[in-house]
Amino acid sequence: MTDWPILSTVTFLPLVGVLLLLLTREDGPFGRRNILNVSLFTTVFTFIVSLFIWIGFDNSNAGFQMVEKHDWLGTGISYHLGVDGISMLFVILTTFLMPFCVLASWNTIEKRLKEYMIAFLLLEVVMTGVFVSLDVVLFYVFFEATLIPMFVIIGVWGGKDRVYASYKFFLYTLLGSVLMMLAIMAMYWQAGTTDITELLKYGFPAGMQTWLWLACFAAFAVKMPMWPVHTWLPDAHVQAPTAGSVILAGVMLKLGGYGMIRFSLAMFPIASEHFAPLVFALSVIAIIYTSLVAMMQDDIKKLIAYSSVAHMGYVTMGIFAANVQGVQGAIFQMLSHGIVSGALFLCVGVVYDRLHTREISAYGGLVNNMPKYAVAFMIFTMANVGLPGTSGFVGEFLTIIGVFRVNTWVALFAATGVILSASYALWLYRRVIFGALEKESLKGLLDLSGREKLILYPLIALTIFYGFYPAPIFDATAASVDLLVNNYSAALAAAKDLALNVH
Amino acid sequence: MTAEILSLSLQLSMPEIILAVGALALLMIGVFSGDKSAPTVTGLAVALLAVAGLWLIFMPGEGVAYGGAFKLDAFGRFMKVLALIGSITAMVMSVGHAKSDQLNRFEFPVLLVLSTLGMLLLISANDLIAFYLALELMSLALYVIAAFNRDSLRSTEAGLKYFVLGALSSGMMLYGMSLVYGFTGNTGFEGIAKVLSAETRGLGLIFGMVFVLAGACFKISAVPFHMWTPDVYEGAPTPVTAFFAAGPKVAAMAILVRIVSDAFLPIVADWRQIIVFVSIASMLLGSFAAIGQRNIKRLMAYSSIGHMGYALVGLAAGSETGVSGVVLYMTIYMVMTLGTFACIMAMRRKDGENVENVDDLAGLSSTKPFMAVVLTALMFSMAGIPPLAGFFAKYFVFVAAIEAKLYALAVIGVLSSVVGAYYYLRIVKLMWFDEAKGEFARISGELRLVFGLSGLFVTAYVLIGGPIGTAASAAAKSFF
Repeated sequence: MTDWPILSTVTFLPLVGVLLLLLTREDGPFGRRNILNVSLFTTVFTFIVSLFIWIGFDNSNAGFQMVEKHDWLGTGISYHLGVDGISMLFVILTTFLMPFCVLASWNTIEKRLKEYMIAFLLLEVVMTGVFVSLDVVLFYVFFEATLIPMFVIIGVWGGKDRVYASYKFFLYTLLGSVLMMLAIMAMYWQAGTTDITELLKYGFPAGMQTWLWLACFAAFAVKMPMWPVHTWLPDAHVQAPTAGSVILAGVMLKLGGYGMIRFSLAMFPIASEHFAPLVFALSVIAIIYTSLVAMMQDDIKKLIAYSSVAHMGYVTMGIFAANVQGVQGAIFQMLSHGIVSGALFLCVGVVYDRLHTREISAYGGLVNNMPKYAVAFMIFTMANVGLPGTSGFVGEFLTIIGVFRVNTWVALFAATGVILSASYALWLYRRVIFGALEKESLKGLLDLSGREKLILYPLIALTIFYGFYPAPIFDATAASVDLLVNNYSAALAAAKDLALNVH
Repeated sequence: MTAEILSLSLQLSMPEIILAVGALALLMIGVFSGDKSAPTVTGLAVALLAVAGLWLIFMPGEGVAYGGAFKLDAFGRFMKVLALIGSITAMVMSVGHAKSDQLNRFEFPVLLVLSTLGMLLLISANDLIAFYLALELMSLALYVIAAFNRDSLRSTEAGLKYFVLGALSSGMMLYGMSLVYGFTGNTGFEGIAKVLSAETRGLGLIFGMVFVLAGACFKISAVPFHMWTPDVYEGAPTPVTAFFAAGPKVAAMAILVRIVSDAFLPIVADWRQIIVFVSIASMLLGSFAAIGQRNIKRLMAYSSIGHMGYALVGLAAGSETGVSGVVLYMTIYMVMTLGTFACIMAMRRKDGENVENVDDLAGLSSTKPFMAVVLTALMFSMAGIPPLAGFFAKYFVFVAAIEAKLYALAVIGVLSSVVGAYYYLRIVKLMWFDEAKGEFARISGELRLVFGLSGLFVTAYVLIGGPIGTAASAAAKSFF
């Protein structure tokens, strides 16, 4: 590749769209059309440009690639960007989901379309920024900055209890992450740098790792979200507009998982080893408990939200299994969940746009007049359950293998979660899609429109493609994950040697 | 004092001399041409402050003047420019409000200039006596302008309250100074430091130091000396409140930094616990007490109490990083505060009535989108959310606290910032999530300029922050 700063380009490209949107007028059908076209064009173009990252990516190189580094703020903090196998695909996921968000909002957003699109484009900038930053302060700036647009999106365009949900979302996640800020500062004084590449090489003393790990864990566990700090998620999901839910489930939850891999596991191996049983316990509770909770929901979106918490349980479990299968599986599960849960929220959006309710009891028998919709929903439901042949299976299977090598009991309980997820997902499907078409309000519903097909079909194709052929993803992540796992074991071995020598 | 030393002294204090002579000249103009000259006097006063500021920026020269009572260093230069910017902005903002708040008398700009003169002297004070005189010059002018709208009950009440409490704190401080002098035999900061590093400190000196710090904390409205703040902020005419929130806070914080870092540096362990306590108390009170406020000026009063607590976090570290953090914090705080007050002044109904309730902002995003965007950025910035300037302000003070291993202070600080975020969010919520109840009148150009620039500063800090940070750390080098 040339020296063109492709990561900065992809990160800040949506800002061009924001500028264009500021210049357009909203009134009238033409204004509306212009706004939608500009937003769609910007997001699609960003996605296409971001594909060059994947094309130019060297799978055999475990280190950071396409690095850009400049001084920033003159105080030791640097503007340092780069991707490795762990972060690269998340960038693609972010830019990939964005056009779907724009399409999902095509007709549904009636007021303040311009501000809405600006908020989404800004959100894309900061989310991409999180994955590409190689400086902890820069990472934190992007990580926290996601709160502002999401707060506005939930609060302005959300449902009935949107104010409560937006406050809860904002304050909950802020509380978690301010502690990480202190950890970042402590890391800076200890290691003398905020550069992630340097920090990865720096071995923090064992006593300090415990505290740093806990502080970072507070931030990532809330973002992820893990049981018991997951309660903001169902509220935020239910109240957010469809596209907001897609981004929330598809990308923002992954910020937590990415942070755990990049920081907790890679920088604090001794503490990760020490706390792994805690994480396993919380993950198992998340998988079983939230699956049970999901089963009892009346609201479709809430059900999917709880199922997201359960699926994130597999991710945390896989990460802290700290072997190749576990971490690879966790990354795959996150990417797959990004597509599948995003698609499920889009499916809910399809019927919500027609009926304006998310109550499960309001539906039933949709297969009779919406067969195409029923098929699409079926595939995503199966992927959510983790049926072999869909992308959901690969991630779940690998994380369970990974954790099986560490602790059989955890694997046993986690596998039960698969059954539970099948029961709530299939039950939901039966209640919404099957049965007789009896309700008067449902009889007039039309099947998928052209726009909705354009949204759902590519996602179906991807779900099945990666279910059968996950190799492209594993090729990209393998080298970096190997390096991470080897460093992790080396650090643990060194710590054990040290302990033996002391005695 | 030889002629050479005298001319050096005059040169170092030239900005102050410009203001002093200029204020008297403005007074003459006002007296001889009556109240109709108020706009002219205001314009000339702004020009005067600008000349003093330009002198500070472009004329080099550092050193001690007037036998050690006055000191100009990089720190002083930075803080003086800051105070002057604050005063100029507040004065410009007052123009549109002069009539409705009865500030359209020529004494008003003259008093503002005199108060600013007091701030500059305070920032440069290097001796207890100079400290006291400068503080009184600044404060007496402030007492008068707080009560400037003499037909308004609230304004006179505010002035009186401020005066009574201010006089009490001055008395306490003077007593403390006499104790410090008695136990060290010096009034100059260097002399005090020399004595303190040579011998063990006596209990009487600690008493004296506590009283002196209490006086300074009163001026920056840190808990437990904050009681005047909400009432004065609410009662005083809004342009005056904007003025209070900017320059005087900067100047008082500067002298607090100077006295602990110059005179009391040898007994850092003694004053650190005081500053830590004051800082924690201010952050907590600022966050919790603001939650219930309905009046936006009162809310800003509690917000400023909280911000002073955060700035003191940097001071508590007692290091170069810490002082640099304080300088940066005060810079960013001042810009945010002036921008917010410009927005508050723009809250005026079409019939000319000024409104001050937080609820009056409801639906602002649909009636005045530009102002709503700016105020939203300012509120998120005050809450300390990146990538806005307020985050970096907090970052640099907490970095210093972590360096000094003040972990408890840092944890309490960041947690209270989450509580504080709640009431800033409430303003954002009102502007964006709620329906508009009424529309505000057209916003005058100068207010638009002020909040526009302020909004630009907080959003563009990620790009322009480098030179500001460098200047702040150069300023902090004056002490260490």
